[in-house]
Amino acid sequence: METGILVRVGYALVSLFVITNYGLLLIGSMARISAKVQGRVGQPVWQPYIDIVKSTAKRNSIGHGVMFYLGPVFRLAGGVGTYMFIPAVYGSVLFRNFSDSGDLLLVMYFIFFGQLGMALGASEGGHPYSAIGVSRGLAQMTAFEVPFALSVIAVAIQYRTLDITAIVAAQQGGFWNWTVATNPLAVAAALIAFLGMSMHNPFSIVIAPQEIPIGPPTEYQSNLLGMLQTNRAIFNGAKLVLYMNLYFGGATDVVTMVVKTFLIYFINVFVGQAFPRFRVDQSIRFFLGVPTLIGIASVIIAAI
Amino acid sequence: MSDKKGKPVPLANEGLPPGERGLFCDAPPREYAPAAKIVEDFWNWARSQSLWILGFGTGCGAIELRPLMTSRYDMYRFGIQPRPTPRQSSVFVIGGYASVKTLKRIVRSYEQMMGPKFVVALGSCTINGGMYWDSYNTIKRIDQYIPVDVYIAGCMPRPEALLAGFQELKRIIRAGKAEGQNLYARDFERYKANQKRVIKDWNMPDYNW
Repeated sequence: METGILVRVGYALVSLFVITNYGLLLIGSMARISAKVQGRVGQPVWQPYIDIVKSTAKRNSIGHGVMFYLGPVFRLAGGVGTYMFIPAVYGSVLFRNFSDSGDLLLVMYFIFFGQLGMALGASEGGHPYSAIGVSRGLAQMTAFEVPFALSVIAVAIQYRTLDITAIVAAQQGGFWNWTVATNPLAVAAALIAFLGMSMHNPFSIVIAPQEIPIGPPTEYQSNLLGMLQTNRAIFNGAKLVLYMNLYFGGATDVVTMVVKTFLIYFINVFVGQAFPRFRVDQSIRFFLGVPTLIGIASVIIAAI
Repeated sequence: MSDKKGKPVPLANEGLPPGERGLFCDAPPREYAPAAKIVEDFWNWARSQSLWILGFGTGCGAIELRPLMTSRYDMYRFGIQPRPTPRQSSVFVIGGYASVKTLKRIVRSYEQMMGPKFVVALGSCTINGGMYWDSYNTIKRIDQYIPVDVYIAGCMPRPEALLAGFQELKRIIRAGKAEGQNLYARDFERYKANQKRVIKDWNMPDYNW
């Protein structure tokens, strides 16, 4: 059944609303779980909502020029764009988004797009720590893109397509059809890259929440910060859905989607609570070392 | 000041070299009217549940802030967390005595914070000078220089006292009485005069937006 474009836009907005709320709750619950690991009570699960309301309710806001305002807009566009071209639930009309219009390469571009926009905006802020944060972020991003891209290439070779829906379709029919079973090396490389992408420990140097003033968003405040916080939730959701689709067989209903993405995100907590933070040079060396080799091996295996 | 006369007088920024004056704000702060009652109440609730502390330890009392992050006291459960930049933080904790040199940084950091902003003054030194009451380079009462919402007495106050102080701050915010930003704008000339009286080498802009 072919649905009209307006209906599809409506569905996409509903889907976006769901993933935003899910992303926010995910961030909140993970912070709470991390707190439990550290023997604390931890912040309430709904704390991200309160933070966004608080940021939006600020009475004044400071601008540093047009690009400064466009930075968070680009970032949000990157997050929304990434999500809009991924089918969140396989076979669902509501959560199909616009997945038939773009392929995996477009999604990978969108992942990078937000960070670049943010780099331009943060530089306009004129704060030296913003520039340092951006250079750290882009350096680390370039490094973890290597194992991730290799893993994506392996997946593309394996399924002979770049269409995400087709990749999910090929993995249907039980655990042994998932990429994690058919090409575990590609999944290993991608999951290590995922740690870097999520910017949790040990790769949290980019935003270094307390020691080095917060990285790229140093100068962002009020509603601009609220926008960045919202994007964080959407972007997290989008990445998780992408990983679920590429490596863990996708999801045929919302409950499966929630369970799978929660477990994928949980890897961050496992690793983050066990390892201290890398310096940025260490993390770049790390990503370009063993994970890259695993990625190359996965491509070779897929090609053979 | 300015609210009665209409258009505010531009700041002179006389402490700056003439070439640098154009780089800084020359408009004094202005007052912001609260939103409609029900909206403002909701916002105040959100503000009280999400207190971001500026990570700037201005004196020895800042040492008492560190234990708050640990599992023993855990301020995160009250929605309190540290933030490294004044742009994003909403609570400024004056950690004990403030020397004149530190006061300059306090003023600049306070003015850079986005409103509504709250100040918690911690320790006896911020109230009456404490053990530094006769020191030549320590200010006695912080609320002559920036508006203060909550004082926490003690030398040093324990982390528990700080948490109690934050609860008090939350109560004040929810009641809509934490209007330090507007107070500062209203009495800007008095605060500036007080600041300039103690800070002899005033080489900074008159207002950091």
